Amino acid sequence: MISHHLTDELLMAYSAGTLPEAFDLAIATHLSLCDTCRASAESYDAVGGALVEDGTQAEMSDGALSEMLERIRSEAPEPVGTTPRPEAAGAPSVLPAPLAAFIGGDVDAVKWRPVGMGVKQAILQTADDAASARLLFIPAGTAMPDHGHRGTELTLVLQGAFSDEAGTFARGDVEIAESDDDHMPVADAGEPCICLAVTDAPLRFKGWLPRLAQPFLNI
Amino acid sequence: MPDMLRTARYVDDISDPLEPSLEAAPVSPSQSPDPGAEAALWASRVFDIRDNRSEAAFVAVFEHFAPRLKAFLMRGGNDAATAEEVVQDVMSTVWRKAHMFDPSRASVSTWLFTIARNRRIDIARRRNARPEPEALPWGPDHAPAPEEVIGLQEDSARLGEAMRTLPEKQRRLIESAYFGELTHREIAAETGLPLGTIKSRIRLALDRLRHAMS
Repeated sequence: MISHHLTDELLMAYSAGTLPEAFDLAIATHLSLCDTCRASAESYDAVGGALVEDGTQAEMSDGALSEMLERIRSEAPEPVGTTPRPEAAGAPSVLPAPLAAFIGGDVDAVKWRPVGMGVKQAILQTADDAASARLLFIPAGTAMPDHGHRGTELTLVLQGAFSDEAGTFARGDVEIAESDDDHMPVADAGEPCICLAVTDAPLRFKGWLPRLAQPFLNI
Repeated sequence: MPDMLRTARYVDDISDPLEPSLEAAPVSPSQSPDPGAEAALWASRVFDIRDNRSEAAFVAVFEHFAPRLKAFLMRGGNDAATAEEVVQDVMSTVWRKAHMFDPSRASVSTWLFTIARNRRIDIARRRNARPEPEALPWGPDHAPAPEEVIGLQEDSARLGEAMRTLPEKQRRLIESAYFGELTHREIAAETGLPLGTIKSRIRLALDRLRHAMS
């Protein structure tokens, strides 16, 4: 049961298609786990549809329709099928479909790099550098680095759980931290916590990692 | 001001979402004062493409939506040539993937909006797939009940009506959000639009699909 959701402004911006790729990735991943937010996102799509329906018109160039007809006459419809059930492939996957597609496999395909204290991370290459995305692996019971933010950071739990001043976050929950939030998440006991973290500004760490190390870690 | 948009009708719809209140028979837009009928007409044309490979239905969809999509894309910052390329790709998708249209979750204009949005982003990012939520099962085995479809199409039309009657300032704010003229931080979430019924209908449709999966 998901108890920490996305905000309306993020869902609307996802629907509008105005976010950096890293945010699209985190939001699509959350929507795969949360039908409440997915229904909201699809209703914001309906706002986009209404804007298209009622908006101005720009005439297509001469011959656009006949070109189009020529094109579709050479195109066969794609076969009607059903999407495979995610669980059909075997063990339940840690990474929801959009994240697995982005990485090219489930969690065993992630190229982790140790960053100290047993914490590992994998930076995901996004198409634009307006925001960055990374996967974090935090051993059970371990504190994540104490950090403040310069921008907006979304942390989406994929496995295990973590807790901080804002509460406990388990699979599917998303924590939204703004620039002035200082927080210190601790992974819950039990199993290692795996999160997807996206931010539109570099994180600044206090204490846990020297500031100088940040450019090398690319975080 | 948002309150006047949340009429008693919407409240009634929430309490009894499955009561069919619109005849599904396609009616020409000019003949009908009911905006849900126009949405149903476009849906029936997509079904005609899906079931009969109807070029006449395709031409109707193209002639109505292509100029609207092109203008929408150009307002979002695309040049005319790119906008037209995206529109052609969108229409090709309509032809090849008409069976993917789920009328219990989107109107035709909404479906086209999402295809155009994704195509535009893929071209800008030089990628093949904007991150999209996990696909839910679709196809004949998961066909929605007619009343679910009617309800969603009707609600989409009402949303369009509500947007037409918004004060200019509010409408501009929403447009700015969709045309990328504001950062997501600046967008007011309180749009005052009657999104609640659409949300709950889509939620029902998602529940149905999730049940089909388990």
